[in-house]
Amino acid sequence: MKSEYKTLGTSQNSLIKKIRSSEIFYNYKHNLPGIIGSVIFVVTILIAIIGPFFTPQNPYNLVDISLSNSYLPPAWVEGGTIRFLLGTDGQGRDILSAIIYGSRLSLFISITAMILSCTFGILAGLIAGYYGGKIESILMRITDIQLSFPATLLAIFIMTVFGRGVDKVIVALVLVGWVRYARTVRGEVLREKTREYVDASKTIGLFDRAIMFKHILPNTLTPVVVLSTIQVGTFILTEATLSFLGVGVEITKPSLGLLVKNGFDVMFSGCWWISVFPGLYIMIIVFGINLLGDFLRDELNPKLK
Amino acid sequence: MGELLIVKNLKTYFKTFKGLVKSVDGVDLTLDRGETLGIVGESGGGKSVTGFSIIKLIEEPGEIVDGQIIFEGEDLVNKSEKQMEEIRGKEISMIFQDPMTALNPILSIKKQIDEALQLHTNMNKSERLHAGIELLRSVGIPNPEVRIESFPHELSGGMRQRVIIAIAMATNPKLIIADEPTTALDVTIQAQILKLMKELVEKNNNSLILITHNLAVVSEMTDKVMVMYCGKVMERGSTQTIIRSSSHPYTRGLLSSIPRFRSNRKRLDTIEGIVPNMYDLPKGCYFAPRCKYRKPLCETEQPHMTEITKDHFVYCHFPLTDGDNSK
Repeated sequence: MKSEYKTLGTSQNSLIKKIRSSEIFYNYKHNLPGIIGSVIFVVTILIAIIGPFFTPQNPYNLVDISLSNSYLPPAWVEGGTIRFLLGTDGQGRDILSAIIYGSRLSLFISITAMILSCTFGILAGLIAGYYGGKIESILMRITDIQLSFPATLLAIFIMTVFGRGVDKVIVALVLVGWVRYARTVRGEVLREKTREYVDASKTIGLFDRAIMFKHILPNTLTPVVVLSTIQVGTFILTEATLSFLGVGVEITKPSLGLLVKNGFDVMFSGCWWISVFPGLYIMIIVFGINLLGDFLRDELNPKLK
Repeated sequence: MGELLIVKNLKTYFKTFKGLVKSVDGVDLTLDRGETLGIVGESGGGKSVTGFSIIKLIEEPGEIVDGQIIFEGEDLVNKSEKQMEEIRGKEISMIFQDPMTALNPILSIKKQIDEALQLHTNMNKSERLHAGIELLRSVGIPNPEVRIESFPHELSGGMRQRVIIAIAMATNPKLIIADEPTTALDVTIQAQILKLMKELVEKNNNSLILITHNLAVVSEMTDKVMVMYCGKVMERGSTQTIIRSSSHPYTRGLLSSIPRFRSNRKRLDTIEGIVPNMYDLPKGCYFAPRCKYRKPLCETEQPHMTEITKDHFVYCHFPLTDGDNSK
């Protein structure tokens, strides 16, 4: 009798066991795109974090760089050396090292921007959805106006006002990105607000803030998780676009987008590798993140089941 | 003073785009300590709004426009939201219709019981856990030490309603408002839940307002009955009086539409017609268009509340006095 009840209580099960026996994990094992996406995502994150300790060169350190190594092709092309696997750029920087350092910057920017825009967006959405009325109208009209412009255009505009810099790119991305969260969360809050458990928590005398954060917010997080994954991919692309257009990060610490731009000028004079490899890497990262996002969307959205 | 709650001339109106809806229009009621009151009526009669008005959880565009809600000698209508938060859950609590949605799906039972205790008592964490387990035991949940860790989806409908009752009882409130607590449950469970509620209310000497459309439930559970129709009280009095010798045609209609085993009727009686549109109510008595006994006066003038016998009030021009309900 005792042991029969034991399986009912959730705290007895260890977390790993719970995950392994869950439906999501089962579906994950049978979903190849999901596996590929998550592997790409984890590997790129790992490369960004620990990669710089293993790179042949520190592209930020001028002592490491020698102009005599400029425009070397990748190792397998005639004239390339094994030291610079993916070739070098005009200043003699190793492309492989630059990509690893650049991906670190790109991922840092996009993940930070995602977290910040997520925070602001959730707050705005919660307040708008929960309180309604004037504050909702104001917040939602702002998001309407913002969504009617292409995000990139708006980001370019913000960057030309603020100037270059990592922090400024993050600010621009947050300003562009919070609206999607706000709209998503507001929609969810409007739905959850009508559920009886919200009334029930009012009848025990719970105050608004506790109801908002303890009861409603956790129930709205599923679409936020999905949106966040896809948003990281979008932010990487937007940041790359900004840098490519010359309004992104500083030239001395190039992100992936800036690397593409650097090579773009000499692309048609035969030095294709400077642009192509960073570009490919952007593509792989965003591809992986989108696969992961798709998997999460299918899993967490009960409507698609 | 035995009276716990006195509601006088309560009016809750909803101002909508289509017009003014008088969901609760001049309701009077009194409730003593330890007494149970049943509010009955068809859907849209203003029963639930009356319940929500008493704890002042009326949302926009609704508003309590007039009346007094005197709870323990203090008028709740004038209380601020902050003062109401103190009263809700501690003095007055509520049980909801649908146990499937009245619990937050992603929080464990423990957390949800804990919340009420944390707000209104000075107990520490382990005392609260202990109290929570005892509460679950008191509502008849087997093995409460283990069950308290469960999530709502792991419990059946009847179990969930028991948990909701446990939460409502957590601070031993003086008044419990149960808004159709058994409507969403199947019949066998309904009886269990009602029996449980009755026992608990009697044991702890709580007052109970039971909102339901089921007169049979009321006849077994409550001391007093109030029949509502289109926001107005049609008839109120002790349960005995209402069931045995109701005087309002509407109450009669409700009573005769309850199926009975022993009678040899082939068809069940129904009340002809439908509930009128709340935006466009009849000029006279709201029930007149559907009333079998209506006279010209009923269609032109609103009746007044009249006391036929002691504590038996009827809102009708021509109350029925033949005293036999079972036709």
